[in-house]
Amino acid sequence: MKLLTLNFLTCAVKTCKSSSDSFPLHPKDAELASDDVEVNPELLVNLLPRLDWKALKTTSAEVFLPSCIYPLGFPQLPDSPPTIEQLQSDDKLLKDLHSLLMETNLMEGKLVCGVCGHEYAVREGIPNFLLPSHLV
Amino acid sequence: MMASTHTPSALPSDSVAGDVAKLAAAAAASQAAESAEAEAYEKTHVHGVYEAIAPHFSATRYKPWPAVASFLQSRPPGAVGLDVGCGNGKYLGLNPSVYMVGSDRSASLVALAHSRGRQLQEQQAQEAKKRIAQGELDATTGTGGESSGAAIATEVLVADGLSLPFRERAADFVICIAVIHHMSTRTRRQEAIRHLLRCVRTGQAGQPGGQILVYVWALEQGNSRRGWDEGGEQDLLVPWVLKSQQKQPKRLKQRKGQKRTRDQDSSGVAASNNSGEAPPSEATAGATTAATEPDPGHTDPVFKRYYHLYRKGELEEDVLAAGGAVITSGYERDNWWVVAANEPLPSQST
Ligand SMILES: [Zn+2]
Repeated sequence: MKLLTLNFLTCAVKTCKSSSDSFPLHPKDAELASDDVEVNPELLVNLLPRLDWKALKTTSAEVFLPSCIYPLGFPQLPDSPPTIEQLQSDDKLLKDLHSLLMETNLMEGKLVCGVCGHEYAVREGIPNFLLPSHLV
Repeated sequence: MMASTHTPSALPSDSVAGDVAKLAAAAAASQAAESAEAEAYEKTHVHGVYEAIAPHFSATRYKPWPAVASFLQSRPPGAVGLDVGCGNGKYLGLNPSVYMVGSDRSASLVALAHSRGRQLQEQQAQEAKKRIAQGELDATTGTGGESSGAAIATEVLVADGLSLPFRERAADFVICIAVIHHMSTRTRRQEAIRHLLRCVRTGQAGQPGGQILVYVWALEQGNSRRGWDEGGEQDLLVPWVLKSQQKQPKRLKQRKGQKRTRDQDSSGVAASNNSGEAPPSEATAGATTAATEPDPGHTDPVFKRYYHLYRKGELEEDVLAAGGAVITSGYERDNWWVVAANEPLPSQST
């Protein structure tokens, strides 16, 4: 699962959705892998305004902090997202974002909800959001 | 609407109020029981079957429906899409300029979709490297190539259609193809559509909201050999014959013995009927009996999937009941489809 996708996932428990703490989910015991992915500049540029930048910042900090491995040129994402023009003109920025969003994969571990604390297992890059009956 | 035990204050007397409260509580309890029953029924007659037939099913599902393909191709670049009930992921990556995440209740199908997406990704990366090596294309600018870039088809997860893990109002579109007709009560089918609507953006001034595309099997199939048509029974168990000449998937073999959905009755080609919308107790009871191996006469194992066949106009009714607004709808080769969005903001109650 690409880090990009974590930007669109929240807890599957109905009662958690109304709380802002259910997003983003928090990676735990995360094992990351880096994929070789062809750059799609058009897609990346167009996706930019649809990202929740604050959540992306949180996710990348939580994912990389424990291992202290930052694959990017910048140790931390800037507080505000780059503009489309910046992304289009800055080749390095584009590649860094591509590497973070498209090439960095959560392979094993858990995704934890900040409200109910439920841990969703991620195995072989696939998270499982099926709920135990008491949480449905 | 969930029944509430809260007693309206305008009631004439305490005793009536008490009765109403009791009735409401009883209704809530029976609704919960009904929903649990429907869930258990679908577990046997939908989820269990797909787990068992996944590789075989997937091998037969590679052609996109034209209406779905044209919907996907017409999404704007950078659109964020969801495929709820993505199966083997055939729609993921169909349009390389949008980003899609697929979900399915069947872990086996999701695993197939995932490996398919990863294969595509590797292939694209290798081809891009080759092109760069040949100096034909600068990968970062994407100039020179006829394609608009690499498609994303790897993003899949396991989830239930009534407990989706998607950030609400974040998607630009959702497709839900051949899924809703597997829900065994009308309440659940409408609830499923409500969940899809919750995933897409609501409209803002000057900007239309996100759209959902729902595709279901039609009752009116006059041109097919199945023999279903207007006025017929809408709730059916439809057999899936696992052909023995088909390479037997090893996952299936591993699970023999614990499979509760295997049904030896291969004579039921005409499908057994349900009465009304309640899950048929007879079929449920039959399915919970011990698993049966294919008989010694080498009859191909038959799995029966539950379907609710939609009659003309019913899908639109369900969209309205779910709080959606129909944008367009139509019929395509034995299926009804609808494109819908959330009601415009002013009339929205939630
Ligand atoms: Zn939660």
